Amino acid sequence: MSNFFNPILVVVLLLNLFVLGTSRITSVIRGVAIQGALIGMLPLLLPGHVSRGAFLMAVLTIVLKGVVIPVMMNRALRDVEIKREVEPLIGFQASVILGALGAVWALLFAGRLPLTEAHADSLVVPASLATVLTGFILLITRFKALTQVMGYLVLENGVFIFGMLLVQAMPLVVEMGALLDLFVAVFVICIIVNHINRAFSTLDTRQLASLKE
Amino acid sequence: MSMAPLFLIVPAVAAVLAALIPSNRWRPWLLPVTGTLHAALTGVALVRSEPLSPTAWLALDPLGKVILLVVSLLFLCCSYYAAGYLRSRSEQPNRVFCICLLFFLSTASLVAWSRHLGLMWVAVEGLTLVTAPLIFFNHTQQSIEATWKYMVVGSVGIALALLGTFFLAYSAQHAGHGASLMVSDLLQYAPALSKPWLHAAFVLLLVGYGTKMGLAPMHTWKPDAYGEAPCVVGALLSGGVTSCAFLALLRAYHISVAAGEAAYVCRLLLFMGLLSMATASLFMVGQRDMKRMLAYSSVEHMGILVLGLGLGSSALFGTLLHVVNNGLTKGVLFLSAGNIHRAYHSKSTEQVSGAMQRVPLSGTLFFLGFLAITGSPPFGPFISEFLILNGAFRSGRTVVGALFLVLLLIVFIGMGATVLKIVQGRPSIAARKTSYRDTVLSGAPILALLVLVLLIGVILPAPLATLINDAVRYLEGQP
Repeated sequence: MSNFFNPILVVVLLLNLFVLGTSRITSVIRGVAIQGALIGMLPLLLPGHVSRGAFLMAVLTIVLKGVVIPVMMNRALRDVEIKREVEPLIGFQASVILGALGAVWALLFAGRLPLTEAHADSLVVPASLATVLTGFILLITRFKALTQVMGYLVLENGVFIFGMLLVQAMPLVVEMGALLDLFVAVFVICIIVNHINRAFSTLDTRQLASLKE
Repeated sequence: MSMAPLFLIVPAVAAVLAALIPSNRWRPWLLPVTGTLHAALTGVALVRSEPLSPTAWLALDPLGKVILLVVSLLFLCCSYYAAGYLRSRSEQPNRVFCICLLFFLSTASLVAWSRHLGLMWVAVEGLTLVTAPLIFFNHTQQSIEATWKYMVVGSVGIALALLGTFFLAYSAQHAGHGASLMVSDLLQYAPALSKPWLHAAFVLLLVGYGTKMGLAPMHTWKPDAYGEAPCVVGALLSGGVTSCAFLALLRAYHISVAAGEAAYVCRLLLFMGLLSMATASLFMVGQRDMKRMLAYSSVEHMGILVLGLGLGSSALFGTLLHVVNNGLTKGVLFLSAGNIHRAYHSKSTEQVSGAMQRVPLSGTLFFLGFLAITGSPPFGPFISEFLILNGAFRSGRTVVGALFLVLLLIVFIGMGATVLKIVQGRPSIAARKTSYRDTVLSGAPILALLVLVLLIGVILPAPLATLINDAVRYLEGQP
């Protein structure tokens, strides 16, 4: 693991808390974009992994997670004219504290999973688990459809971080496939968001409650 | 030479054609053509026995064969039905619908052929993406809501499955074999895999792919999606997508058992199976919406599959047979429910009654489908459920067996009450005036599926028995 690896992961962890603590949706989008671009760079820092394929993959990830998806999100946001998340299920400070507790749990839990020697002192596993948890907190506690999408993206970032331990196992085709799937998923979700807004004239997912027992 | 590319390319080419054909009337006929071609290809692939290459990403092992058979047969029948359905809905643009249906066939085949867990994950995720627009076909507020829940819950599940897949690869890397996601590599190194990582991986894969199967408590998207999607989509979701997700779970099970962790995974599977069956039986009693009732029936049968898997080798034959039975019977139920829905313009028991009089063929098929899925003789599910029950008692799990029986009984009563309300009585005057009548295209595919289910129950065709026996032997590690 290179010297830059752990510092970047610490920034990723801080971004988790930032995303949990802010009420402005544009800030959430920006935070997730920076996080996505940062983790997109990680594969290039791995020793002995600078090939043409890896480079292409990194560029694609950074462009997609750092530029294309945030632009799509911002456009959706402009169309629906909402600015901030009001009244989340639990308050913003409480979310931050929950996120921090999640990070502590991730550190403790990761200690119980055996790592190979090469990865022994890296933060990959705790950072990955903490980011997945952050995604969950966003998904569960926020009601605006767009914020929930950001929650999904953060969760996906967490999974991506774990992938750093396995660069040899993931052939390029699979990585590309995963990235393509992510992109299409966000694309489809944006279309649905648009339809929700048109049909319900709100993006509050609590309005999506006509189907129940 | 492997036939795998044909299975992916034929439906994909048809999808491109569907995009190019401008006529809303003629486009749907691509579906039966492709379905027939695919079924013929499947027939050839099942008969040909190629030696399983350990390095091939795309190869058809005995487990894949079972799933490919279910998907292909179900799609074949659904494609003819869909042609008739789309003709009756000619005012609604069907380009996206046809394209997505064809890509569904492509990605589902890819799942069945994948021998690489990463590729398999990409295919299952692809399956989610191509089915989302299908649920959205009617463009109503409810269908938007259903699609949203389907996408969000499904995407989260599938992300967890990816994390589980990574954990599995890392368990091999930790064992010093280099990270690999090839099924054959993982099976070979299984005994050396790092146990903590393997345990975590199995839990994540169970939750992740279990979400796609619709196991309780991750089933929340299911009643909404099945309730709002057109019935032909409901049939493909409950018979096709769930079977594909179950195949992914089978792979995880296979590797864990090969690693000597059978006790750990079986406990989890039994628990999830019983929980799903119990949840389904709870919501099935007093259910007024027939499509939501079918969704809970699907939750129940996913529970049965997982439970059967959890019973281990004594119930494997029954479990794999039940995959086939469930897929085909769900086709019967959803397609006939679709006809009833069209005849009454309603899917609630408050408006629907007397289906046997109003649409005699569909009403009868719906009723027979109900008898079949609840495990009444002489239909196929009776055999498979009985074998699973038998497995429970033979392996000494008397309590599990007893609970299984009680839950089946509750479901039978709950589902029966709703179904009888639908088929018996007299149709209302409003329902008599609607334009729908049973036709060859809307009836024959269902009849074909029901005949298959009956055949499995009465004689259990020898080729099918061989296919499933091969799969059981493969799962138990004697290829």
